[in-house]
Amino acid sequence: MTRKRREALAAYAFLAPDVLGLLVFVALPMLLAFAVAFYKVDGFGGYQFVGLGNYRLMADDAQLLDSLRITGIYVLAFVPLAFLVSLGLALLVRDHFRGIGWVRASFFLPNVISLVVVGLVWQFLLVDKQGAVSGLLRPFGLEDVSLLGTPQLALATYILISVWFVMGYQMLVFLAGLKDIPADLEDAARVDGAGRWQRFRYVVWPLLRPTSFFVLVNSTIGAVTGLQAFDLVFVLTRGGPARSTSTVVFYIYEQAFTFNNVGYAAALTTLVVGLLVLCTGLMFGLTRGGRFSED
Amino acid sequence: MRTKRAWLLPVAAHLLALITVAPLLWVLFSVLKPPDEMFSMGWPSNLTLDNLQYVLLRIPLPRFLWNSALVSVVVTVIALFFHSMAAYALARLRFPGRGLIFSGILSTLLVSLPVILVPLFLVVKQLGMLDSYAGLIVPAIFHAFGIFLLRQYYLNIPRELEEAADLDGCGYWRRYWSVILPISRPVLASLSVLFFLANWNAFLWPLTITRNPDLRVIQLGISGMQGQYASAWNLILAASVVAALPTVAIFLAGQRRLVEAMKTTGLK
Repeated sequence: MTRKRREALAAYAFLAPDVLGLLVFVALPMLLAFAVAFYKVDGFGGYQFVGLGNYRLMADDAQLLDSLRITGIYVLAFVPLAFLVSLGLALLVRDHFRGIGWVRASFFLPNVISLVVVGLVWQFLLVDKQGAVSGLLRPFGLEDVSLLGTPQLALATYILISVWFVMGYQMLVFLAGLKDIPADLEDAARVDGAGRWQRFRYVVWPLLRPTSFFVLVNSTIGAVTGLQAFDLVFVLTRGGPARSTSTVVFYIYEQAFTFNNVGYAAALTTLVVGLLVLCTGLMFGLTRGGRFSED
Repeated sequence: MRTKRAWLLPVAAHLLALITVAPLLWVLFSVLKPPDEMFSMGWPSNLTLDNLQYVLLRIPLPRFLWNSALVSVVVTVIALFFHSMAAYALARLRFPGRGLIFSGILSTLLVSLPVILVPLFLVVKQLGMLDSYAGLIVPAIFHAFGIFLLRQYYLNIPRELEEAADLDGCGYWRRYWSVILPISRPVLASLSVLFFLANWNAFLWPLTITRNPDLRVIQLGISGMQGQYASAWNLILAASVVAALPTVAIFLAGQRRLVEAMKTTGLK
């Protein structure tokens, strides 16, 4: 056997376990979603071909449209808010000061804890009238406001808790991006008399473009199909009140595992994938793929 | 002006950090209160470990913890082994189809669990792994992120190291096992912190494929208490603290490693 062939064979052997696993547990399910979407599946596994029937059902599904609208609002509020907060935090802890270790760790800490615990913790803090948050609102006469019990406030609360959860992670990503910016560029701007804001606007911000792109895409994918769209909703509100926090991912889960509409759930899955591809493409266009300059 | 700013920003940072962790500290404090004082804003009549003791002794919490520990450790070990093998091939060996396989692996990064949950459930059911440790463990192993990160690391290892082993007549397996693996200890340590945390905190997948109470992982266990103990907040929170303490401990111990791994993901 030639050396070249031996090397290739060895490589395939090294790759085999992971490639096989990814094929069976990621690629196959992905393809399967598109296939199962054409079937009506009953709970016992009987498949009946219905063509585009599942897709036709979507048009009349008010709850689906609602969950898409809620997911849309969530993405439009959460993504920019999380972006600004985490970029702000990154700039705040960029330069060394006393106790910076504990400060960075504190911002990151919520991200280490599971979303189940996060959901339970906030439920406790937000218990109507008795919880700690009501206590904080008492001096303002707002102690009777039910943050998780009022539809519109529940969605806003869910968004804020999500930001609290992810901001430390995004902050770290921004810190890494900031670290890559050559110090002499900023020093040069400083010598030229640029103030703090000008240095940020004309030196740091343009150079941070690839990082910003990564954060935006990552954050959007996370918002639409990430675990906070399921785990947190499941524990915090179960989609309520009045379905006001029922994200599309949560709705798909309900369709599949509560109502046993596996085929319909598969069709919904393909819809979400389509939307996600669209979103990512849009952001790619808007940020020019995260390239550095205007070229 | 400059001196004014010099202390303003750090003070603001410290304040914000305190506000960020305040909810967690408050819960930790509440768990130490007697049940009927959970919601009192003042200092409790006494501090007690009863709540923690109760959930550890009267509820099968240790069983849940054991299940989570078992699944997390096994997934982490196997995943790191497979990922480092794949990454070694992708970074150090030449073979037809390398670029194609690498982009194929990378493209799976766009797929998150909630997206493929329903069909993945069907696959795992077909394989007869519902309601089993295998069902909890096997699908959780395969994730392109680790492969990608390890490959980046392996690309930067100098050729000479392997050449020496080659001259000594080592095969590819020996080169991987005796040369590459030992020098990748730091990156493997970072990834193991990350993988362990992710699996310890997993909820959706275990919720989907297990029914058997004996297979319940800790996240399922505490979320189940929500319904069972309704508003017994002393128990629900005590169990949550027990579930979160290992992750916080691992985070504080492996903070630097975790940060390194996280940063690298954001870089390229």
